[in-house]
Amino acid sequence: MESSKVIHAIYTDDDVLMSAVKKVKAAKHHIEEIYTPFPVHGLDKAMGLAPTRIAITAFMYGCVGLTVAIVMMNYIMIEDWPQNIGGKPSFSYIENMPAFVPIMFELTVFFAAHLMVITFYLRSRMWPFKKAENPDPRTTDDHFLMEIPVHGNENELETLLAETGAVEINIVDKEAH
Amino acid sequence: MYTFSNRLKIVSLILVIVGAGLWMTSYMSSHVTVEEVKTMLAEESSHGGGHGEATSHAATTTDAHGDTSHDVAADDHGDEHAEHVKHQIHNRPYAALYVAAFFFFMIALGVLAFYGIQYASQAGWSPVLFRVMEAITYYVLPGGLLVLAVAMFAGDHIFVWMNPEMTDPTSDKFDALVAGKSGWLNKTGFFIRGLIFLAGWSFYRYISRKFSLAQDTAEDNRNFKKSFRWAAGFLVFYIYTESMMSWDWIMSVDPHWFSTLFGWYVFASMFVSGITVIALITLYLKSKGLMEFVNDSHMHDLAKFMFAISIFWTYLWFSQFMLIWYADIPEEVTYFVTRIEDYKLPFFGMLALNFIFPFLVLMNSDYKRIPWFIVMAGIAILVGHYIDVYNMIMPATVGDRWGFGMAEFGAIFFFLGLFMLVVFHALSKAPLLAKGNPFIKESEHFHY
Repeated sequence: MESSKVIHAIYTDDDVLMSAVKKVKAAKHHIEEIYTPFPVHGLDKAMGLAPTRIAITAFMYGCVGLTVAIVMMNYIMIEDWPQNIGGKPSFSYIENMPAFVPIMFELTVFFAAHLMVITFYLRSRMWPFKKAENPDPRTTDDHFLMEIPVHGNENELETLLAETGAVEINIVDKEAH
Repeated sequence: MYTFSNRLKIVSLILVIVGAGLWMTSYMSSHVTVEEVKTMLAEESSHGGGHGEATSHAATTTDAHGDTSHDVAADDHGDEHAEHVKHQIHNRPYAALYVAAFFFFMIALGVLAFYGIQYASQAGWSPVLFRVMEAITYYVLPGGLLVLAVAMFAGDHIFVWMNPEMTDPTSDKFDALVAGKSGWLNKTGFFIRGLIFLAGWSFYRYISRKFSLAQDTAEDNRNFKKSFRWAAGFLVFYIYTESMMSWDWIMSVDPHWFSTLFGWYVFASMFVSGITVIALITLYLKSKGLMEFVNDSHMHDLAKFMFAISIFWTYLWFSQFMLIWYADIPEEVTYFVTRIEDYKLPFFGMLALNFIFPFLVLMNSDYKRIPWFIVMAGIAILVGHYIDVYNMIMPATVGDRWGFGMAEFGAIFFFLGLFMLVVFHALSKAPLLAKGNPFIKESEHFHY
C-alpha cells in the first residue's frame, strides 16, 4: 500500500470528541481511527463500528475448556491410573463426576479468559516487539486524536474540524503498515 | 396510577376458589385407613411396582413357609409399613400446602432483601422499579403469617419434632437426637421466633414504604436518608433471621440432618425468585403502557441479576451437595440418597430449570433485553424454585408417596391467587413512579 495523506485532529476533552465524531459522521466523512488515553463510553457506536464478536469467541473458548477438563479428568483419574475417589472405588466417570465439577468450572473460565485476551490482542494487531502505531504520544496522556483519510478535500475537512473544537489540525503523510 | 382491573381480580379470585376446592378434595380423600393402605400396597406389589418391596417380601415368606412365628413377624412388619405409608399419605396435603405457602412468601421476602440492598447501596439504576418492589413486599406479612398458620395447622404432619412423644423418654417414639435439640426445636420457640422474624421484616417494610411515599412530596432528602439507615440495619437483621428462619421452617423437617450453608442456599433461592417476579410484573405493567419510564437497560439489569443469581444458587447447591457426597457420612448423605433414589426427576429436573436453562437463554447480552426471553427464563426459574422448595419439604414428609396432583396444584393456585390479589392491590395504592427519590432522574436516564 502506498503512503496516503491523512488529517489528524486533536481534542482535549472526551465530550468534545464525542460531539465532533457525530458531526464528522453526519457530514459523511470516513473516520479511519481514533486514539484515546482511556476507553470512551459509546465511542464505538458513534463511529459506527460493527459490534464486537469477542463474546462469541469467549463462549467457544469456554466450551473448549469444558471439553478439555472432561477429557483430561477422564484420562487421568479413570483410564490411565484409576483412582479411588472419596472411598468410592467405582472407577466410573459418571459416578465420580461431582469431584470433577470444580475442575470443569476452572478450566472453562481459564480457557475463556486467557484465549479471549489473546484474541483481543491479536485482533488489535498487538503482539510482542510490535512497533506502536500510535501517531502522537500525547494520546497516551490527555489528548484525543481523530484520524481521517484525505482525498483532495483538505480545506473542507479543516474547516469542519475546526468548528468541532479541535485544538490542533495536522495533515500528515501516513506510512503504510 | 395503576388500577386493579376487575378482570384480573376475578382471575385471582377464581384461582383462590379453584385452588381451595382442589386442595380440600385432596385433603378429604387423604384420610385413608391402614386397611385401605394394605390393599393398595398389595395391589402395587402384585403389579410389580417399584414400591412396597417390604410387603411383597413379607408376603412371599409367609406363603412359602406358612410357619406361625414367621407369619406373625411378617404381619407385624406389614402393619408397621402400612402404618408408615398411611402417615405419608395423610401428610401430603399438608406438605403441599406448606410448600406453596412458603414459595410465595419467599418471593416477597426475596424482593424485600433486594429492595433493602438498593437503598443501602444507594443504587442509581433501580428507583424506577421501587413501587413494583414495594407492592410485592406487601405480601411479606400476610404470606409469612399464613406459613406459620399452615405450620401450626399441620403440626407433626410436617415437623415430626412437634410430636411431644419424640422428646418423651418413656415413649417408644422417643428420639434422643430430637430430644437433644428440643432446647431450640420446640413448638413455643418455633412460633415465637417466627413472629419475631415477621415483626422485624414487616416493620422495615412498613417504615421504608412510609418514607418512600413521604419522599414523593418532600422538599428535601430527609426521608431518603432515614430510609437508607433503616435499610442498612434491616439487612443485618435480615441475614441472621433469614438463616434462622430457614433452619426452623425448612431444615427442621429433617430434624436429624443439618447443613451449615442451608441459610445461604435458601437465600439464593428466594433472591432469584424475587428478582424474577420483579421483572415479570414490570414487563406486565410496561406492556399495559403504565411504566414507560422503564427502558431496555433496566430490563437488561434485572435479567443480569436473574442470570447471576441463578449461577449463585447453583454454586451453593453444588457446594452443599459435593461436600456431603464426597465425605459420604451416613447421617449426612441420607439426605441426598433419598432425593436421588425417590425424587430423581424433580431433583435433577430442578438443576436443568434453575441452572442450565437460564444460563443458556440469558447468556447473550442482547437476549436480556427481549421481553419474551425474560418471560421464558423467568417462568423456568419460578417453576424450578418451586420444585426446589418441594424437594426440601416433600422427602421428609411423604417419602416416595409424592406426586403432582390436586393437593399440589390446588395449593399453588390458592397461593398464586392470593399473592396476585395482595400484590396488585398494593400496586394500585400509589403512583408507579417514586418521583421524589433523589436518584430518580439518574434512574430514568439509566443507559447501559
